[in-house]
Amino acid sequence: MTDTAAPTLPASRMRLDTVGVVWLLVACILALMAIFPLLYMLSIAFKGPTDVFKPDLIPPRPTLDNFVYVLTEVPFWRYLINTFIVSAVVTVLALFFHTMAGYALARLRFPGRETLFLAMFSTFLVSLPVIIVPLFILVRALGFLNTWQGLIIPAIFNAFGIFLLRQYYLSLPRELEEAAIIDGAGYWRIYWSVILPLSRPIIAALAILFFLANWNGFLWPLTVASDQGLWLVQVAIANFKNQYSASWNYTMAASTIVALPMLILFLVFQRQIMDSIKTSGLKG
Amino acid sequence: MALSSTSETVAGSKPAASRGLTTRRREMIAGYLFVAPDALGLLIFVGLPMLLSLGVSVFDVDGFGSFEFVGLANYQKMLVDPLFWSSLRVTVQFAVMLVPLLYVVGLGLALLVQRTSKVNTVLRAMFFAPQMISLVVVALVFQLMVVDKLGVLPRSLSFLGVGGLSLLGNPSLALFTVTVAAVWFLMGFYMLIFLGGLQDIPREYYEAARIDGAGRAQSFWNITLPLLRPTSFFVLIVSTVAAVTGAQAFDLVYVMTKGGPANSTSLLISYIYQQAFQYSAFGYASAIATLLVVLLLVITVFFYLITKGGRFQYD
Repeated sequence: MTDTAAPTLPASRMRLDTVGVVWLLVACILALMAIFPLLYMLSIAFKGPTDVFKPDLIPPRPTLDNFVYVLTEVPFWRYLINTFIVSAVVTVLALFFHTMAGYALARLRFPGRETLFLAMFSTFLVSLPVIIVPLFILVRALGFLNTWQGLIIPAIFNAFGIFLLRQYYLSLPRELEEAAIIDGAGYWRIYWSVILPLSRPIIAALAILFFLANWNGFLWPLTVASDQGLWLVQVAIANFKNQYSASWNYTMAASTIVALPMLILFLVFQRQIMDSIKTSGLKG
Repeated sequence: MALSSTSETVAGSKPAASRGLTTRRREMIAGYLFVAPDALGLLIFVGLPMLLSLGVSVFDVDGFGSFEFVGLANYQKMLVDPLFWSSLRVTVQFAVMLVPLLYVVGLGLALLVQRTSKVNTVLRAMFFAPQMISLVVVALVFQLMVVDKLGVLPRSLSFLGVGGLSLLGNPSLALFTVTVAAVWFLMGFYMLIFLGGLQDIPREYYEAARIDGAGRAQSFWNITLPLLRPTSFFVLIVSTVAAVTGAQAFDLVYVMTKGGPANSTSLLISYIYQQAFQYSAFGYASAIATLLVVLLLVITVFFYLITKGGRFQYD
């Protein structure tokens, strides 16, 4: 439903315009309020320790000391690299598994397919907090505590991605696959050289969402990796304030370092990120 | 292909169908293999823990992993544990505040930036931006903003004549402060869901209403709200489940208040976590988690019934 600007009658034009201006003004004020906490974080990150609670939003004496401190006095690089590795590996494996599952659930006919889909989809309602205790016991029994496997493997499986990919594959025209079947291609070939290339847009959108979710994830890394060498950034900054005696300027500098890559990602891929969420709503 | 059909003794009697059956068999095997990694992964890392939770809840488990069967003792303990009841009450309070607030804010923002225009694209992005940062950072920034007397919010409030409030230190305010942080983080997501729903409402309805002399408010109550029913149900289900399981609130509470002051922000999930990972009472924590699952099932069935089988259909 693309909506073009509704034609307005000349007579009501004046009235509509004042309503429109007030509307826009309210929207702009609210939008500024919405991003205020982010600006505030940035502001404090560039303030010296004595300026933290000064009311100016623009730091009176901007300094990079906080960033230097966080990156040199704390093994913050290490946490950033850990988080990047975990997020990237989870994203790649999850996309690989979910595209396979989504393709089979949308296209291949086998007994029990609908039941299997419903069973998999119903795990959508089970969020991590609900199963955190038994999952911990299970992962401990597997010997995965304080390991990369422990951080990565349980984070891969997620019904949301499977559901979206299945929806996407249901909407693809069948002709391309049928041509491949007539050419005698096996299902793996069809998946690899027909389906995957066709999935590029949705894979790109999901890759961003998965990476983001893992980069920002807290509960699981907190639970599975108590060993500081395997800390991810969110765990590190949550502990930061306790460890380095409540220096807000350092805490906000660390927060900025963690949040900025995601905000930049958002600026670049804004449309893809927001569109994929908007369409994910329902349409079941 | 013809060779493998020998195993199909029944199909052998119908030569025309036998080719169809073998390709069908191949398709079936391929299907199972393609689904296997995700199906097994979900089974092991989601399904199994759900079952395990029930199992563990009838044991007393210590920090070294030795189990002792105690029957329903953990459930009995729950009945007489005031902290459990308090965390259940806090969870309900949190859900009762969060769900309507998110609905109103999400729908309000969606209506505000509904029209397709360059300005609205920028505004939408600004409302959605908080979703990009982690809840840990959200919690830290809010904690800093509400620092007693010195923080931005207490200062603005005292400027407005409401001075001296301790937004996280006061047991009757702390949960609300956490809720506001959660709304700030989630509003962009629900705005987008509502925008998706609004898009599906045919414009002709509004034009017809305008010709009939209906005002903005009338169109909203008689067209927008009823036709948004599917979206509304989706939003209510997702936000209720998120509120009850503490999907976002756990991180916020963990960083901002650790459940305090006076347990006023200790949600069920915070209490479960504390019992399991602070006191190593895995059995007891599992019993509470089981109750959480039951609560979740009740909510799901409730929504399933009022949406007439989850089809979200409007009639």
